[in-house]
Amino acid sequence: MVAGIDALAGRLRDAIGAERVITDRQELRTYECDGLARFKVVPALVVLAGSAADVAATVQACADARVPFVARGSGTGLSGGALPHADGVLIVTSQMRRIVEIAPSDERAVVEPGVINLHVTRAAAPHGYFYAPDPSSQQICSIGGNVAENSGGAHCLKYGFTTNHVVGAHVVTPDGELVQLGGRAPDAPGYDLLGAFVGSEGTLGITTEVTLRLVRLPETVRTLLAAFETIDQAGAATSAIIGAGVVPAAVEMMDALAIEAAEAAVSCGYPAGAGAVLIVDLDGPDAEVEAQFAQVLTLCAEAFEIRIAAGDAERALFWKGRKSAFAAVGRISPDYIVQDGVIPRTALPEVLHRIGEVSRAHGVRVANVFHAGDGNLHPLVLFDDGVAGEAERAETASGAILDLCIEYGGSITGEHGVGMDKTKHMPRMFTDDDLETMQLVRCAFDPHSLANPGKVFPTPRLCGEVPGRHRGADQHPSQEAGLAEIF
Amino acid sequence: MAPIPQHRPTSTKEAAELFKAATADGLTVAIRGGGTKQDWGATLEEPDLILDTSGLTGVVEHAAGDLITVVRAGTPMAELQRHLAPQRQQLALDEPLPGATVGGTVAANTSGPRRMLYGTARDLVIGMTVVRADGTVTHSGGKVVKNVAGYDLGKLFTGSYGTLGLITRCAFRLHPVPEATAFVRARVRDVAGILAAIRGLQVVPSAVEIDSATSEVAVLLEGTAAGVRARAATVATVLGDDQAKPDWWGTYPWRPGDTGIKVTAALSRVPALLTGRVGLRGSAGTGVLYAGLPADTPPGEVARTLDELRTAARDAGGHAIVLTAPEPVRERVDLWGPVDGLSLMWRVKHQFDPDGRFAAGRFVGGI
Repeated sequence: MVAGIDALAGRLRDAIGAERVITDRQELRTYECDGLARFKVVPALVVLAGSAADVAATVQACADARVPFVARGSGTGLSGGALPHADGVLIVTSQMRRIVEIAPSDERAVVEPGVINLHVTRAAAPHGYFYAPDPSSQQICSIGGNVAENSGGAHCLKYGFTTNHVVGAHVVTPDGELVQLGGRAPDAPGYDLLGAFVGSEGTLGITTEVTLRLVRLPETVRTLLAAFETIDQAGAATSAIIGAGVVPAAVEMMDALAIEAAEAAVSCGYPAGAGAVLIVDLDGPDAEVEAQFAQVLTLCAEAFEIRIAAGDAERALFWKGRKSAFAAVGRISPDYIVQDGVIPRTALPEVLHRIGEVSRAHGVRVANVFHAGDGNLHPLVLFDDGVAGEAERAETASGAILDLCIEYGGSITGEHGVGMDKTKHMPRMFTDDDLETMQLVRCAFDPHSLANPGKVFPTPRLCGEVPGRHRGADQHPSQEAGLAEIF
Repeated sequence: MAPIPQHRPTSTKEAAELFKAATADGLTVAIRGGGTKQDWGATLEEPDLILDTSGLTGVVEHAAGDLITVVRAGTPMAELQRHLAPQRQQLALDEPLPGATVGGTVAANTSGPRRMLYGTARDLVIGMTVVRADGTVTHSGGKVVKNVAGYDLGKLFTGSYGTLGLITRCAFRLHPVPEATAFVRARVRDVAGILAAIRGLQVVPSAVEIDSATSEVAVLLEGTAAGVRARAATVATVLGDDQAKPDWWGTYPWRPGDTGIKVTAALSRVPALLTGRVGLRGSAGTGVLYAGLPADTPPGEVARTLDELRTAARDAGGHAIVLTAPEPVRERVDLWGPVDGLSLMWRVKHQFDPDGRFAAGRFVGGI
């Protein structure tokens, strides 16, 4: 394999320039993991792509040599989607960070995959627009990674996920061809391959340019923070809000332990003694927001304290505690696992009690942070790796929480992706036939299983012979693998 | 000639058995729901059997608190909406051709004015059960709105025209029925100026529609009573105060037997499309428009018009496809036109239906 990689490195240096090809062992180690740092693999080779042509040339070379490749953007993914392959090439797209076009009159932005999520909104805002998907990592995660992971965020309750905001992509397919999926106008004729590509976690190719939908900035945003004595009360308020037909931009919840961590880390100053806080964002036309805000205040009547953000600064403060919650638990625990599961929103109170039981049964603390509006839980399982057996107990508890998500008819991942981390859980959500069917698409795009192999699917499917008669101008999107967001 | 055998399974399992038998016998298959779009897409060779979904009906689940429903594919759209209405919820998907089923709506990916706010079937489907050509029963997605486990095959099957298998069940995210709605409409001359002015408002319309036959632009607002009143007043500063619903709202500009064309464009190019000699109607808010040509239009003239529309749509970043046409027109024109990524699409088709038995030739590029 080593000889093969040397030959590949030589070909790539000639094709895209020596400065873009990394083979030094120490430098390679920089890329050994993504945001899920407990998995580490040093790649055989790293390519720092500067253009679509670089990506295409690299993938083509991999295809010719039958060498696997993994795409990586900012490397913030939390499921190991961008974990390198030991015998493969890691294609890093973070240098492809050109905003090609902001077209407000088309309500579109065209960007390269390495562009940082938040930078799209920054570029669009002067024109009165924003890019809606807002993973917690939006200050560092890239659009290419968002496309791979179908990233969500707090505001996807109202605005939808990445897949609802990507209208076109240039994709290098695993055989090295550059194809166009979707476009600037909606409803491109033919199969919705773009819909299959978004969220395919780098297993169908790499995207090199993405056309995004921009959304008109809301006239008004109002935010409240409601503190409840118990998490049940906060859950009941959430259900009442949704049940009343209000669609807030976001409804976020944190429990006492998560609040304690956030206070320790960023001094967000939430009301003392809260068993749970809710953060509710309403946005839209003035008159709608006023009417709905009054309604939400009424529905939060059980709260012992409600604060209403006086302006952007205070809104940012409310959100600061929430957005920093994952990192914040580092202040109250040496180690922790970030879980990501989904349940039907109405099951929230029941499932939280069950999580409490799991926590007690395994002797590990669990802090709960979640997108209450859409039932997306992010339990943080706290442990100390220095204590013998605790990491194992935390892992078991974390798995038991996913069991609950499945038991209640939810999902094993709402936004972090399957990646490397959750392949083993896929058969609990899907039948063998379901997984085989998904891999029919994989076989159409990547018959030799070179694009991010070992991710998403627990058992790879052999694709058989690829019919030659329709080969030609393919395309394919993928983006770089794995950067799920952090939310 | 003997009539084509029709099969009417009453369960996913029964449909699967039927497809297994059809595979063993090498039979070709066509699927029929409400029958409102049987004439859409290229003409099929006569299939060996027709699968009628009218036995696959009923709402399996409506979890109002979770704003989701699971429904069998043969259920008429109207029946689903009636089922959801008592809880003041809806599947926010328009029904341009009354009588359509849920499965047909998804398989043909039809949409209407409200796509501007709510998106289309692809945005609302959260889970799907499909019987593959070989009879394999397969699921993707689930019953929760937020879910990234596995490939999102619901999107692949949405708009696939029955060429990949049979959709037997869909899970959808739902929306509340708004407390109030209002239309604001006007005849306009400066289409570009008016559309830009509406875009500039922060009123979040559910739809912005245009109809070149009447030179009208109409805006739909939905929300709370107080909110809708205020927003309609804001729109009225651009369009005036006529608040009657247009009679052309949400309908295609053609009759049965005519040629029906769908034209897409980047938003800023919509006004340019309207300067052509063909009338257009549809969503100026998203760039999805429709044109109709009467059944007796000479095929040569349809072909010339289609060429013009294709050129204009291409320049506008979109496409022009013929949804339906009389037989003489079908013989003359390429209904689908150029398609990006066609060879990949063929590879997908080959994986799902290697013998090409499902709706063969109906879809893009002869798929």
